[in-house]
Amino acid sequence: MNASRAEVCVVACAEAFRGDGEILAAGVGGAVTVLAARLARLTFEPDLITTDGTCLLTGDVPPLGAEPEVIEGWLPFRDHLWLVLHGRRHVMLGASQIDRHGNTNISCIGDWARPTSQLLGVRGAPGNTACDPASYWIPRHSTRVFVPKVDMVSGVGHDRAGSLRHRELRHHELRRVVTNLCVLDFDGGLMRLVSVHPGVSVADVAGNTGFPLIVPDEVPETRLPTTEELHIIRDVLDPGGLREREVRA
Amino acid sequence: MTSPISKVMSVEEVVGSLESGMTVGIGGWGSRRKPMALVKGILRSELTDLTIVSYGGADVGLLCAYGKARKVVAPFVTLDSIPLEPHFRAARQAGAIEFVEYDEGMFMFGLLAAAHRLPFLPTRAGLGSDVMRVNPSLRTVRSPYEDGEELVAVPALTMDVALIHLNRADRRGNAQYLGPDPYFDDLYAKAADRCYVSCERLVDTADLLKEGPVQSLLVSRSMVTGVVEAPGGARFTSCEPDYGRDEEFQRAYVAAAAAPESWREFTKWVHE
Repeated sequence: MNASRAEVCVVACAEAFRGDGEILAAGVGGAVTVLAARLARLTFEPDLITTDGTCLLTGDVPPLGAEPEVIEGWLPFRDHLWLVLHGRRHVMLGASQIDRHGNTNISCIGDWARPTSQLLGVRGAPGNTACDPASYWIPRHSTRVFVPKVDMVSGVGHDRAGSLRHRELRHHELRRVVTNLCVLDFDGGLMRLVSVHPGVSVADVAGNTGFPLIVPDEVPETRLPTTEELHIIRDVLDPGGLREREVRA
Repeated sequence: MTSPISKVMSVEEVVGSLESGMTVGIGGWGSRRKPMALVKGILRSELTDLTIVSYGGADVGLLCAYGKARKVVAPFVTLDSIPLEPHFRAARQAGAIEFVEYDEGMFMFGLLAAAHRLPFLPTRAGLGSDVMRVNPSLRTVRSPYEDGEELVAVPALTMDVALIHLNRADRRGNAQYLGPDPYFDDLYAKAADRCYVSCERLVDTADLLKEGPVQSLLVSRSMVTGVVEAPGGARFTSCEPDYGRDEEFQRAYVAAAAAPESWREFTKWVHE
């Protein structure tokens, strides 16, 4: 069975949650991050806690868009914001801009005082990155997103955590960045290429990244989904194929 | 037995009690359980120069579009199923409003501080981010204990008035949510000098527990100045379980905002 690029991405995002144990796997929404958390829970990370997309913690693991049959907990926004500060949570965020230090921007493009494009606002990105392990899912890897300097630091990168990382920001932890082209992490606080998805070259990644990456001598391919994972993605969690709309190869 | 005091008011009476220049907190979250009937009342009024405190949605967008908002305090403005709010974007890009941009958790601590009559609450959220840069009046505070940590001192989000919409209320202002999430409406009520509640349906006090458990009684009458019965009063935002978000209407709202002609036509809705 050949896996699609979207399916490779789902598994690469699911891998971000490996080893997390009994914590909330939180996603920004959309198909891929939600599928990733649910896939991880159904396979190698069975103790993960996942939501219905709103405030219900599900006892089962429903398909995308389906109601849970079993509810094991309640996490209204006030408790979710508490959990962010508490930290028993790993979040997969989005970013309109990201730099080599892992600073991210979802607030606005241009000068904050009068932006050329107002986006969402910082939302919970400052607190999420200050208090929880955070990863990123970026469905369109391009030089528009991977920029030398973000216009407004919403999510805190390694350089901005700086000396605070030993004290106030000791919980700051950027795990991995998954894109439609590759998997990245950080080495010494700078972004590093971990693997390229099947069909993508290191040059493709570099050409779509607006800053120099740390590139090891040997860059492996991102692992393919197993037969079991493909079955769960295709037949159980996302029979409607919503993942394919989110990811372009 | 004394007869219960009635705090029942009309939308016009609530709006008539407000003054230009006030700080107005608006409950709900994004495009969920927004007190739209009360917001539309403000849009129809002469009020201006307002400071709006909100986990923002179309409430913020509309108040910007109608020139009612001078300043917005928010961690985001979004329509949820449609990420970006067109009028808020336009106002920001035109430099038409002042914006105080906080992290979501900072914002909650601001509400909590105000609700507890504290000047601030400390948090890690915001440290290292540009929230500190774009809010130069934000201060940090050093822990007096051994850790000595220097944290963000989120100032209390005090407000003159809070506007919230719940599912049920009685005539004295006890208000009940029946949906899955209370959002922060009780905190708005406690953070404000005056709170006005609109509700889907007024019920007798004795009937409040017929539809939900005692834990669903979110807001006490001691926090409430006035109650408005406004069926559909959160539309087009959601008010579970009475109704969900009107996605079709919301899409039309965004489409209409793209051009002045279509928007003029659309604004008839504000006067309904």
